[in-house]
Amino acid sequence: MRNTFIQTLTELAAQDPRIIFLTADLGYTVVEPFANRFPNRFFNVGVAEQNMIGMATGMAEAGYIPFVYSISNFACLRPYEFIRNGPVHHQLPVRIVGVGAGFDYGSAGITHYNLEDVGALRIQKGLKIIVPVDNEQTKTALLKTWNLPGPSYYRLGKGEKKQVPNLNGNFDLGQAQRISDGKDVVFICMGTISHEVIEATDALSNKGIFSSVVIVSSFNPSPEQDIVKILKDFPLAITVEDHYITGGLGSFVAEVVAENGLATQLVRCGIRGLVEETGSRAFMNDKYGISSQKLVKTAIDSLKKIGNAKPSHLYNSSYTQTV
Amino acid sequence: MENQSVISPYKIREIILDQSKRAHVGHIGSALSVTDILSVLYGSILKISDPDDPLRDRFILSKGHAALALYATFYLKGWLTKEQLDTYCANDSHLGVHPEHHLRGVDFSTGSLGQGLSIGVGSALAARLKKTSQRTFVLVSDAECNEGSVWEAAMVAAHQKLSNLIVIIDLNGQQALGYTKDVIDLNPMSKRWQSFGWDVHDVDGHSISQMTEVLSGLNTNSETPHVIVAHTTFGKGVSYMQNKIKWHYWPMSEEEYRTAKEDIAKLQITNSK
Repeated sequence: MRNTFIQTLTELAAQDPRIIFLTADLGYTVVEPFANRFPNRFFNVGVAEQNMIGMATGMAEAGYIPFVYSISNFACLRPYEFIRNGPVHHQLPVRIVGVGAGFDYGSAGITHYNLEDVGALRIQKGLKIIVPVDNEQTKTALLKTWNLPGPSYYRLGKGEKKQVPNLNGNFDLGQAQRISDGKDVVFICMGTISHEVIEATDALSNKGIFSSVVIVSSFNPSPEQDIVKILKDFPLAITVEDHYITGGLGSFVAEVVAENGLATQLVRCGIRGLVEETGSRAFMNDKYGISSQKLVKTAIDSLKKIGNAKPSHLYNSSYTQTV
Repeated sequence: MENQSVISPYKIREIILDQSKRAHVGHIGSALSVTDILSVLYGSILKISDPDDPLRDRFILSKGHAALALYATFYLKGWLTKEQLDTYCANDSHLGVHPEHHLRGVDFSTGSLGQGLSIGVGSALAARLKKTSQRTFVLVSDAECNEGSVWEAAMVAAHQKLSNLIVIIDLNGQQALGYTKDVIDLNPMSKRWQSFGWDVHDVDGHSISQMTEVLSGLNTNSETPHVIVAHTTFGKGVSYMQNKIKWHYWPMSEEEYRTAKEDIAKLQITNSK
């Protein structure tokens, strides 16, 4: 996903001299295609993320489109106030590129886990948050958003290579993508953890429980109307995110449910409590309830709880649409 | 000697006093500290044919709490009307205690210390990439150098050889809760910047002639960013405010206002002799 992003950006930079790349000394074996092709527009500003955002603010005001790159936490939490007072307050086209979603950095531990970014940034007005789910969508999302006015944040998964079936790389800012249409339960997910959801829905279908999967790939604008439309058909919705359950996707859907008076039962899957241990991405996802196996269990338990555990027969796995 | 600037620092000071009194707000001492610096910058140094000209020099008041001195300067430049100036700290105004970029003439909003220099580095780097002769000036306070981000920016500016970047430090020796030597002693300020690879000039921050000479003599096609360490007096010109911590936040009473106005008149007479 990182490589796809850099390749696409390098191609764009060939067309538009306003594109500048700043890294806070990260991106070994990833950023070189840009650095080698455009050495005069590539700046390693050192391990100093606050300054990197400040510099990007100054460059954007002068007419450039600076992309700033680091591990997600370092790119968006360390310089948070610089982001607030700089690109957000001035509504300048700074692009914050954060690598690593959820537990992507595995044994690197809590300092490298990215569990708060969407929550922290969703409250910044006009800061577009773009969360691609696979390589194809990464490319589409960048091509559709790189030149938009105002600031953006890209949350990129670190190593995920799987493609989401039926999505075909579709991306529309502010819209959700529905990739299946089972009638028993709807999963709403964002980013690369969606692959766990898809595995879970396959396993559920073998048990006679048929799911819909809805991918949310952007906030600010967020797909509120799409979610309202979808949730009206479901007694149960399960949000899945590799993020704390507060502030991110689950909170967004909860806001939609509450403000629109929807009757859907919402179950939020994400990180609860303080993360104190480390382990592989798969281990951590499982421990915190967002592995495919745990999601299957959550879905079955939740359906039982609402008294709607009977399987339907309306599953059509080839269904895809932009809702 | 003091008429090299076309913007009178005494008029700036009078406006600072008038508006602070009218709005009943503080930060007076900080504004009086940078008055002569702004007088020189906007009088003869900054190349700004129009505040909306994209090719203008950029100025960042990184110590945003001195914004009233900037508004007074804008008014004297003719960029603000008296009606606008009189909205200082009023409801629905763009003239708050800290400058907002929505106000014509303000390049960047500031107020959170330690952010202006990073923006200035980006601005100067952009000018170099565009191959323009634009320069970026950043006015920081001495206590602002407590912020680590100032030094992050200082390192990158030197590494990138941004000679079109000029920092002015308002070295008045005070901060909100005490004297800088008692809070975090930054002495020797000049040597610190020198060791970071900057071209350093110490000046009397109230000498129009000295600052004009140094600022107009900088080589902005060299390979070194410049820092002017302006030795200033907090509350300069108002006898009872000078070097007093209280006047970082305190507003004036009626009597204090009258005394302050008299003091500024005396300062002008003394300097003109």
